[in-house]
Amino acid sequence: MPVAGARSSGQGRAVDVEVLGMTKRFGALTALDGVSLRVEAGSFMALLGENGAGKSTLVKCLVGYHQPDAGEITVAGRERDIRSPHDAHALGIGMVYQHFTLVPSMTVAENLVMARDEVPAVVNWQAEWSRLTAFMATVPFRLDLDRPVSRLAAGEKQKVEILKQLYLRRRFMILDEPTSVLTPAESGEVLGMLRAMTRAGEVTVLMITHKLREVMAFADDVAVLRRGKLVGKGRTAALTPGVLAELMVGTREIPRSHARKAGGPVEAGVPSLVIQDLKVEDDAGRLAVDGLSLTIRAGEIVGVAGVSGNGQRELVEALIGQRPTAGGEILVGGEPFRATRAEIRRHHVFSLPEEPLRNACVPAMSVAENLSLRNFDRPPQSSGPWLRRGALRAQAERWIRAFGVKTPSADAPMTTLSGGNVQRAVLARELSEPVSVLIAANPVFGLDFAAVAEIHDRILAARNGGAAVLLVSEDLDELLELSDRITVIFDGRIVHESATAKADITVIGRCMAGHHAAAPAPSPARA
Amino acid sequence: MASDRSGPWRRAAEALVIPIAALAAAMVVFGLFMAALGQNPLEIYALIYKGAFASAFSWQNTLSRAAPLVLTALCVALPAQAGLMVIGGEGAVVLGGLIAAIVGHLLSGAAPTGVKVAMVLAGMAIGGIWIALAGALRQYRGVNETISSLLLTYVAVALFNHFVEGPLRDPSSLNKPSTTYIGDVNMIGSLPGLDIHWGLAFGIGFCVAMHVLVRYTTYGFALRIVGGNPRAARLAGLPVTRLVLTVCGLGGAAAGLAGAVEVAAVHGSANASLIAGYGYAGIVVAFIARQNPLAIVPVAVLVGGLSASGGMLQRRLDLPDATVLVLQGIAFMLILGSEALYGRLKLFRARVA
Repeated sequence: MPVAGARSSGQGRAVDVEVLGMTKRFGALTALDGVSLRVEAGSFMALLGENGAGKSTLVKCLVGYHQPDAGEITVAGRERDIRSPHDAHALGIGMVYQHFTLVPSMTVAENLVMARDEVPAVVNWQAEWSRLTAFMATVPFRLDLDRPVSRLAAGEKQKVEILKQLYLRRRFMILDEPTSVLTPAESGEVLGMLRAMTRAGEVTVLMITHKLREVMAFADDVAVLRRGKLVGKGRTAALTPGVLAELMVGTREIPRSHARKAGGPVEAGVPSLVIQDLKVEDDAGRLAVDGLSLTIRAGEIVGVAGVSGNGQRELVEALIGQRPTAGGEILVGGEPFRATRAEIRRHHVFSLPEEPLRNACVPAMSVAENLSLRNFDRPPQSSGPWLRRGALRAQAERWIRAFGVKTPSADAPMTTLSGGNVQRAVLARELSEPVSVLIAANPVFGLDFAAVAEIHDRILAARNGGAAVLLVSEDLDELLELSDRITVIFDGRIVHESATAKADITVIGRCMAGHHAAAPAPSPARA
Repeated sequence: MASDRSGPWRRAAEALVIPIAALAAAMVVFGLFMAALGQNPLEIYALIYKGAFASAFSWQNTLSRAAPLVLTALCVALPAQAGLMVIGGEGAVVLGGLIAAIVGHLLSGAAPTGVKVAMVLAGMAIGGIWIALAGALRQYRGVNETISSLLLTYVAVALFNHFVEGPLRDPSSLNKPSTTYIGDVNMIGSLPGLDIHWGLAFGIGFCVAMHVLVRYTTYGFALRIVGGNPRAARLAGLPVTRLVLTVCGLGGAAAGLAGAVEVAAVHGSANASLIAGYGYAGIVVAFIARQNPLAIVPVAVLVGGLSASGGMLQRRLDLPDATVLVLQGIAFMLILGSEALYGRLKLFRARVA
């Protein structure tokens, strides 16, 4: 492969890419359903859609990670078969991921050289250096090639990622939520740079995003996917955020919950879970939850909608005791709650966290042991300091039967269970005893239809039994079906709240995208 | 729903067969190594057996060497239940020995039984505090416990040398600086009818007690949750910090006891003989035993036997004393490598119907 970069990028390097009738199935799930989309050379297209709408599948087909089941890809007017990322690279298609793929301890220059598909065993740094310097003269921003990546700010790292694509002479660049780890100012800068590069005809950009504000400010075109289908596309200038939000979430009927039919209305009672001005830091020490307040009464399900990465994970982890709080208060049953074992037991607090095997199970321990995580230290599972394995096993066998957990035996390690059965086992543990407060996060993620219906029924049954349920989900349909009230989280705060029966989907969609009443002023205006 | 009750048996068989196979492979590799040096491997195997297990005398030698290893291995295996990798048992050993010598000296003249009990308890206390310190550094300051426990060992050895060669030195110990002899009456002595000191009984007792603690109590169950998945432990509201500190304390107490027994039953005073690498050998033992407190006993006997046979190889074949260390090293590497085989051998895989 020839050494990249030295040549100054000229007009017309950017290529157009078109997909025709692309379909991709994963088992019974159709992730992409006959999608046809054309991205013009030198344009900046935004790809919008809810989680699971098929955006990632589409771009993964373009970069060769997935093979579509049907449909074709045309690059620069010629039909191409992209069987691997290597094929995609050869065609000049590259991808920038949500999270950085740079080596922190290496310098910018080293990262660029090492990113090539073929790096010589001995690198002639002098020659590389002069080529890199020449290359840097052709790009629209300055970066110190000699700085270790670990010393760069997030926005600069993202620029290096983009720089890397240019250096590798990619002519069609796919970006997967490139601004999710950036501040608004950094986002504006990075996206402005991308737009300038498309205007110069150097690259074509296809960007997956959830942020309507960025779409309106930077993209030329926009395409919207919903449930694997292309539901809308057009020039950004001709569209409004409201129309886009509507396209994203669709015009759907708010389902009448079967539980409300079956179980009859449960009069919402006293506040069971009160969150006041809660602040929680993410792993990097930023406030992911920033002054969030929410009250949930006994006998109601409060849904929290939102695009992932707006503090949902940190909120749930703080509530279930996996993350310290940085401020504010959590009250359960009127008393401060810090998720100690005594408090959890006294107030009957249970949880269905996402990724149950990682968050709620001990993979190496047996199913029976995992089922007793909540009550192994209470009679009859224990007597004094002694564990009673017989009782533990009896409880496990009872619950395995009651919840239909498919396992070779109660003694099988948790890892031998399928995803659905892990979730069923956790449900059995969390919902078999009286529940006052239930914290659930994406409880049906990745499960099949039958398991979803069953788990939803169990959550509704807990509500009908008088539990206060906080349901955090990225699936709006799930929230609309189950919740009594629906709220929207954005930037670590609740920005919208309404009774589900009166909810306005368009408003919810807009709030999820950051276009709520108290939205910050939009960043850089369109040129 | 299918029911396969053979699962636990398969796992037990797996846990037994894999390390034994690794040990056998180590013997073969060691044999090749010896053959390369012009020795007859079969003769060497025979001598190792003879030196370790062939006579009452060699058994005594083996068991005396195994005793401290049993205790120092617990210092690795107990924190491992909570997911911690502590390798600083050596520090707890030397401090346990030092404090036992100090207590024995200070209390000399008191009732011998009281002195013995005090020496043992003091050794356990200081060892427990020392390793709990590594646990506290991890829980409160995020310091990796493997590194901190190792570095704490250097501190412990420095403290030990300072006191033994300085303020606490018996002026009559000329060539080998030692603390004052604790006196014959205060020596713990041997098990009745045997020429093996009490350390072996303490060690086996400790292992059995810890096995019961880990397997049959709610405390042990909580420990295993913390070790298996700290996130799930927090979800369950378990007091993770308290569990980590106490289990480190227990492990350290075992190693501290090893040091105290070495002083109170073998040497009679604290001196450089105590810094013999018991703590490090304990790591090997714990790993071969796969951190199972009960399995530590036979493994320690095996490793004790190997080191007991070192002298025999030296005398008979003129091989360096460190020869058995080569075998130990090979065995350790192969045992660690064999960890990758768990769950991958068809033979031990449960048939899921």
